[in-house]
Amino acid sequence: MEHIKAALPQPQITSVNQTYWDSLKAGDLMFQQCACGHRWLPARTECPSCLARDWQWKKATGDARLVTWVVYHHAYHPSVADRLPYTVAVVELAEGPRLVTNIVEQDHPEPLRVDMPLALRIEVEGDTSLPRFAVRPPGEAETMAPH
Amino acid sequence: MRGKYVIAGVGETRFGSLPGRSTYSLNIEAISLALGDAGIEKPLIDGLFVKYPTSQFEPLYAHRLAEALGLQPRVAMVSDQAGASNISLISLAAMSIENGQCDIAVVCFADNPKSGSRAAYARPRGDDAIFGLFGTAAGYALIAQRHMGQYGTTRSHLGEIAVAAREHGAKNPSAQLRKRLSLDDYMAEAPLVSPFCRHDCALVSDGGAAVVVMSAARARQLQVRAPVAILGFGQGHTAWDVAQRPDMTTTQAVASGATAFRMAGLHPRDIDVAQIYDCFTITPLMTLEDYGFCAKGSGGPFMHDIGIGLDGGLPMNTSGGLLSATGMPGMQLVIEGVRQVRQEANLQVPSVRNCLVSNQGGTMHTHSTLILGT
Repeated sequence: MEHIKAALPQPQITSVNQTYWDSLKAGDLMFQQCACGHRWLPARTECPSCLARDWQWKKATGDARLVTWVVYHHAYHPSVADRLPYTVAVVELAEGPRLVTNIVEQDHPEPLRVDMPLALRIEVEGDTSLPRFAVRPPGEAETMAPH
Repeated sequence: MRGKYVIAGVGETRFGSLPGRSTYSLNIEAISLALGDAGIEKPLIDGLFVKYPTSQFEPLYAHRLAEALGLQPRVAMVSDQAGASNISLISLAAMSIENGQCDIAVVCFADNPKSGSRAAYARPRGDDAIFGLFGTAAGYALIAQRHMGQYGTTRSHLGEIAVAAREHGAKNPSAQLRKRLSLDDYMAEAPLVSPFCRHDCALVSDGGAAVVVMSAARARQLQVRAPVAILGFGQGHTAWDVAQRPDMTTTQAVASGATAFRMAGLHPRDIDVAQIYDCFTITPLMTLEDYGFCAKGSGGPFMHDIGIGLDGGLPMNTSGGLLSATGMPGMQLVIEGVRQVRQEANLQVPSVRNCLVSNQGGTMHTHSTLILGT
C-alpha cells in the first residue's frame, strides 16, 4: 500500500500576507516597514507602533541572529514524524523583525548558542517556500542591512 | 481593600483520569465541597466567576453552569486569561462585592483533558506550524533556552524544581503523580522538546476546584469556620507572542507582584510559603526572580542555595503543584495556599502568616498574583 505522507499544516494565505509568501517563492524574504520607521513581521494591516496603514514591503538582507531555539524529539503531528529530531528557532533579522523558523545545515561544527549570526536559506517545502536559517559560516560575509 | 475580603471555603475533586465526568459535573462537585467548607447554602451565591474549560470553549459557559447549579446570579461571567484566570477572577469577585454588584461569589474551574481531548496542548501554532511548531511545551522551552544562554541556567537547576515538586506530591495522598524523582533520573531522562524532558512538563488532569469569596464581615456574620484574608492581588500582561517579545526572559510577575505586594503592604521577605504556577519548570524559576526573591538571572542557583523544599528558605508548591499534584491550571495552588494559612495543609509549613500564590497563562502572556494571610 502506498504510503501517503501527512502534510505539514500550511500557512493561511490572506490578502495581508500574500506578498510575503509570494516573495519567498521568488527568492526574497520581505518585512513590513511603516512610514514612522517601525518594522515588523508577521504581516498585519496596521503598524503596531503608530497604527497607520502607511507601510511598504521591504526586502531583508537575510542576515539574522539566533534569539533562541528548541529541538523536537517528539512528533506532535504525523507530518513531522520522519523529521525528528528537528530544530525550531526564533531569529531576529538584522533589520529588526523576528520570526519563527528552522535551523538547517546543522552539520556545522559550532554548537548553537544564543545571539550567534545566521544566514537565510530559502527552501522549497511542497507548494510553499520557507525562510529557514543556517549558522553563518566564518567565510560568509555579513551583508549590509539597508537603512 | 486589604484584608476586607476572604476566601471562605475551598473545594476540589479528585484529580487524574475521571472518565465520563463532564466539566459541569466536576464544577458542581467542587462548588458543593466549597460551600460545605464555608458552611453556607447554595441560594446565598449571587456571583459566579468561571474559568472556561481549556480543552473546549463553549459560549455562555458560566450561564450554562449557573443553570446546572439552579442559580440565577446577579453577576455571571467567564474569563479568558488562560492560567491566570482563577486568581484574576478571585480579585474581580472581591472588587464586585466591594462595589455592591454581588454579595457572595463562587470562583471555579473544571476540565477533563485527560479522559477527553488533550488536543489543546498539542495544537499547531498558527502559520508557524509549517516549521513544526506544535504544542504548549515548545514556547516555554524557547524561553528556557534563552534564559540558559543569557544567565547560565542549567538543566540541573530546572531539575531541582521537578524533584522538589515530586517529593511534595509523593507525600500528598490527593496528588495525581505520587512517584519521587531523583535529580539523576531527571538528568538521564530522554529529551522531549529540549531543553525539556517530560519531567519539566505539567500533568494533564481531569478535575475541578472552587472557592467561595465574601467580605470578612459577612464571614463573621455567617460564622464561617476558617476564613482566609485576601491581602493583595495584581495582574500583568504582555501582548507580544514569544517570538515577538523584546525581553523573552522576564515574566509579567514583575507587574502583578508589584501591585499585589503594594496592596498587601508586604515584601518577598514577609512570605512564609509560596504556591508558584509550575506548568513547566522554567516558569517558577523566572517567577521567583521577577517577584524579587533573588536577583534577575539567579533563579537557577536559588533553587539549590536557598531551597524550595519544606526545610528550604522558601517552601514552594507544598502539594506538588502542576508537576505532581494536578495539571489543573491554578486553582489548586490557591486552595493549597488557603490550607497553609489555615495551618491545615498536608505538608504544613510551621507558623505560616503570609502565603504568595501565582497564576500565569498563555506562554507567559498573563500573570496574576494573590497574597493570602492571617
